[in-house]
Amino acid sequence: MKIVLENVVKEFNTFRAVRGVSLEIGSGELVALLGPSGSGKTTILRMVAGLEFADQGAIYFGDEDATNIPVRERGVGFVFQHYALFPHMTVGENIAFGMKVSKKARSKQEITDRVNDLLRLVKLEGLNDRFPSQISGGQKQRVALARALAVDPKVLLLDEPFGALDANVRHDLRRWLREIHDELGITTLFVTHDQEEALDLADRVVILDQGAIVQEGTPEQVCREPNSAFVMKFLGDTNRIAATAVNGVVDLPGARLTAPGVVDGPVDILARPGDLSWSATGEGIPVSVIRVIDRPEGRRFLVRTENGETLELDVPVSTRAASGDRGFVQVLQGNAYPRS
Amino acid sequence: MRRRVLPGFPLSLGITLFYVTLIVALPIGALIFKAASLGPEDYWRIISSGRAVASYRITVLSALGATLANLIFGLALAWVLVRYDFPGKRLVDAIVDLPFALPTSVAGIALTAMFAQNSWLGSALANIGITVVYTPLGIMIAMFFTSLPFVVRTVQPVLEDLDPALEEAAQSLGGSDWSIFRRVILPLLTPALLAGLSLSFARSLGEFGAVIFIAGNRPNSTEITSLLAFIRLEEYNYQGAAAIASVMLFAAFVMLAVTNYLQARALRYTVRS
Amino acid sequence: MMVHHSASTPPRVGDRPGIRRALIGFVLIFGTLLVLAPLLVIFSQAFSLGLGHFAETISHPDTRHAIYLTVATALLAVPINTAFGIAAAWAITKFDFWGKRFLLIVIEIPFSVSPIVAGVAYLFVYGLQGLFGPALQAADVKVLFALPGIVLASMFVTAPFVARELIPLMQAQGRELEEAATSLGASGWRTFLTVTLPNIRWALLYGVVLCNARVMGEFGAVSVVSGKIRGQTNTLPLHVELLYHDYNTVGAFAAASILTVLALFTIIAKVLLERQGAGRAGRPALAANKVGT
Repeated sequence: MKIVLENVVKEFNTFRAVRGVSLEIGSGELVALLGPSGSGKTTILRMVAGLEFADQGAIYFGDEDATNIPVRERGVGFVFQHYALFPHMTVGENIAFGMKVSKKARSKQEITDRVNDLLRLVKLEGLNDRFPSQISGGQKQRVALARALAVDPKVLLLDEPFGALDANVRHDLRRWLREIHDELGITTLFVTHDQEEALDLADRVVILDQGAIVQEGTPEQVCREPNSAFVMKFLGDTNRIAATAVNGVVDLPGARLTAPGVVDGPVDILARPGDLSWSATGEGIPVSVIRVIDRPEGRRFLVRTENGETLELDVPVSTRAASGDRGFVQVLQGNAYPRS
Repeated sequence: MRRRVLPGFPLSLGITLFYVTLIVALPIGALIFKAASLGPEDYWRIISSGRAVASYRITVLSALGATLANLIFGLALAWVLVRYDFPGKRLVDAIVDLPFALPTSVAGIALTAMFAQNSWLGSALANIGITVVYTPLGIMIAMFFTSLPFVVRTVQPVLEDLDPALEEAAQSLGGSDWSIFRRVILPLLTPALLAGLSLSFARSLGEFGAVIFIAGNRPNSTEITSLLAFIRLEEYNYQGAAAIASVMLFAAFVMLAVTNYLQARALRYTVRS
Repeated sequence: MMVHHSASTPPRVGDRPGIRRALIGFVLIFGTLLVLAPLLVIFSQAFSLGLGHFAETISHPDTRHAIYLTVATALLAVPINTAFGIAAAWAITKFDFWGKRFLLIVIEIPFSVSPIVAGVAYLFVYGLQGLFGPALQAADVKVLFALPGIVLASMFVTAPFVARELIPLMQAQGRELEEAATSLGASGWRTFLTVTLPNIRWALLYGVVLCNARVMGEFGAVSVVSGKIRGQTNTLPLHVELLYHDYNTVGAFAAASILTVLALFTIIAKVLLERQGAGRAGRPALAANKVGT
C-alpha cells in the first residue's frame, strides 16, 4: 500500500510540530523517519496512524483519502515505543486481541492457529502463556510486532522500535525486522533518532529537523551527498574547519577543494574523521596531538590547530604519536557550506 | 471542534459536567445567591453579631490547637511508622485511618463518654484540674481526632521516599542526629507537612458531628460556627443560616486555595528530590 | 522502607535506642488513648447491659428503619458516584481540553466544604425557600426531608472519592494502552472494559469502599436535609444522635457499634486493597496537582 502525505501541518497549542511535510512511501518500501527529538517525526508517524489528526494537508493510503479515517478503521499496525502491551493479558491474549475485537468473526481455533503462526514468525514459540512482565524487553518488542501484524495491517508503523533495548539486542532485532519485512513485503514506516539504525535498516531515509523534511533519499544518497551542514553533522562525526571560498574553490593549507555553487565568502568545511590524514612532516594544517584514542576498529587522533580548533581524524593503527607531538593534517575530502 | 483519537469524549465530559453542575455547583451557587440577596447591611449585621464572632473565635482557635497537636503527633507517628520496626506496627498503620472511617457522630459520642466526668479518664483528669467535656479543650480533642490522618498520610510517603544518601552525606560531613534532622530532613518534609497541616486545619474548621456532642454548645463560649448555622436553620432563620454558611464557604475556598498551593509546592519538591 | 539493625547497616538519624523507645512509646500511648480507647468505649457501652439488651435495641423498628435507610442511600449514591468518577477520570486523563484544571478543582470542592454548609446549600436549592422548592411542592415531589435529599447530600460530600483515586493512576498509565487497543480495532466500550478497567480495578474498588464508608457514615449534611424524622428519615448516624439525646446511651452505642464494625471492615478492605497497589498513587498530592493542562 502506497502512502502519500501532502503538505501536512500539525500544531500543538501554538507550537508548530510539523510544518508542511510532503512525502511519498512506495508500496512495500521500508522507510525511516530520522531526526533529533522535537523534529516532528513521531507526530508524523502518529498522523499516518490516525493517532493524531492533521490540522492541514492530506494523507492518502493508495488512492483513498485517509486523512479523516479514525485509527480504528485505518487498518494500520502500530508498534508503540514502550510497546503498550496489555499488562493483564498473556502474550497470546495480547496477540489475539485485535482478532477478537474485529468485526470479522473468527473461530477460536482460527485465532489460536494464527497466534501460534505469529509467535513462530517472531521466534517466540512457547511463550504463549507468559505475561508481559515476565519477558525481556526484546521479547516484548517482538510480541508488540506480532500483535500489530495479527490484524493484517495495510501499513506497519513503528515508533522508536529499538529505543528501549540494549545495544546488542538492538543489533539482532534490526536484522530480524528487515528479514520479516522482506518476507511479508508490508509497507513499513519507522521513527528513530539513531542514524545508524536508520541507515542500517531502511530502503530510504527521511531526515527531519524542526518539523520539516531536510533531505530524503537512499542511505547512499544521504551519506554521500548530504545537502546541508545539518544532515552532514546529524549522520556522523564531523570536523569543522573555517575557510574562505573564492570563485567556487576553497584553498586550505596543503589542499584545494572545489565547492561548486557555493557563494564566495566565509565557509565551513565539514569533513569526516576518515577524510583527514596525518603526516608528521610536510604540508597541511599544523596541529599538535591532544590524545590518541584506540578502538577495535582503528585509531583516532584528537588534535588542536594553531587557532584552537579541535579536529578528530582516523589514522591507520600503525601510525604512532604521543600527546604533545606536532604534525600536519591534510583534508582529503570535505563539503563546503556557507558559514552559519 | 478538534477531533479526538480515543472514543468517549462527549459522553464522559458530558456526564462529568452534568454531575458537577447539579451536585456541586448548583447548591453552592444557590447558597451564594441566597446570602447575596440579603443586602450588605443585613449581611454584615448577621455575620458580625457578637455570637457569630464568638463562634468564629472558638472554631478557629480550637482548629489551630488541633492542628498544632497534629503537627507534633502526626509527625511523630509518621516518623515511627516509616523509620522503626516494632510489634504491632502494621496494626497501628491501619488504625491511623480509623478517624476517617468512623462516622463523626459515633466518634463524638465515644469521645464524650470517654472524657465524661464519671468516666475513669475524665475523673482522673478532673483530679489534676483538667475538664475536657463541654470546654474548648473538648472541641479541640474532637477536631484533633477527626483530622488525625491528614498529617500522617501526607508526610509518610515523602519520608519513605527520602533518599538515604542525603542523610549519609550529612553524616559524612559530621552532623549530629539532631542537626541533620533539623537542617536536612525537616526542610525536605516541610512542604508535605504544611500541606497536611492545611488539610487538617480546613477539616477542623468545618467539623460538626464529632464536636457537637463534646462541646456543650453554650453560645459565646463553646458554640462552633457550623453549629450556629445549624441552629439558625432550626429557628427557621434562613437568612441567618445562609449568611453564616457563606462565611464558612468563603473560609473553605481560602483553605482550598492554600491547600492547592501548598500541595503543588510539596509535589514540586518531591519531584525535584 | 524498614530499618534493619544488623552490623552491616550503620545507624540512621534517630536510631539511637533512647530516642527510638521514647518516640515509639509516645506514639503508642497517645495512639491507644485517642484512637483505640474510643473503640473500646463504644463496644463496652453497647454491651454494658448484656447481649439481650443489645439485640433488643438493634431490632427496634426505628433502628431497623435507620439501617434500611442507610443501606438504601448507599445503594443509590455509591453506584451513581462511581459512574461519575469513572467518567470524570476518563475525560480528564484521556483528553486535553480547555478548563481541565478548573474542573479538577471544582471536583475537589466538597472535600473542603463543611458538611453543614453542604446541607444548608441543598436547602436553598430544593427547600421551600430555595430555587426549586416551590415548583417541586407544586408538582408534589418531595426531595428534602426524604430519601432523594439524603442521597443528593451524600453525593455532594463524596463527589471526589472515586475520581481522585482513578485520576492520578490513569494519568500515570497514560493513553498508550487505549491507543493500542483502538489501533487494533476495538470499540470504545470494548477498550474500556477489556483494557482500561482491568488495570484500574483495585483503585476503583478502593474509591468505592471509601465512598461507601463516607455515605453510610455521613452526619452533618444529612442531618440538615433529612429533617431527622424519627423512624422515617433518620439514617443510622442520625439515629445514634437521637438515641443519645433521648438519654438512651446504651442504645446509642449499640447503634454506633454497627457503624464501628462497618468502619473496621472498611479499614481491613483498605489494607487489603493497598496491598494490591491501590491508594498510593494519589498520595501525597490531590489529583489536581498531578495533571498537567
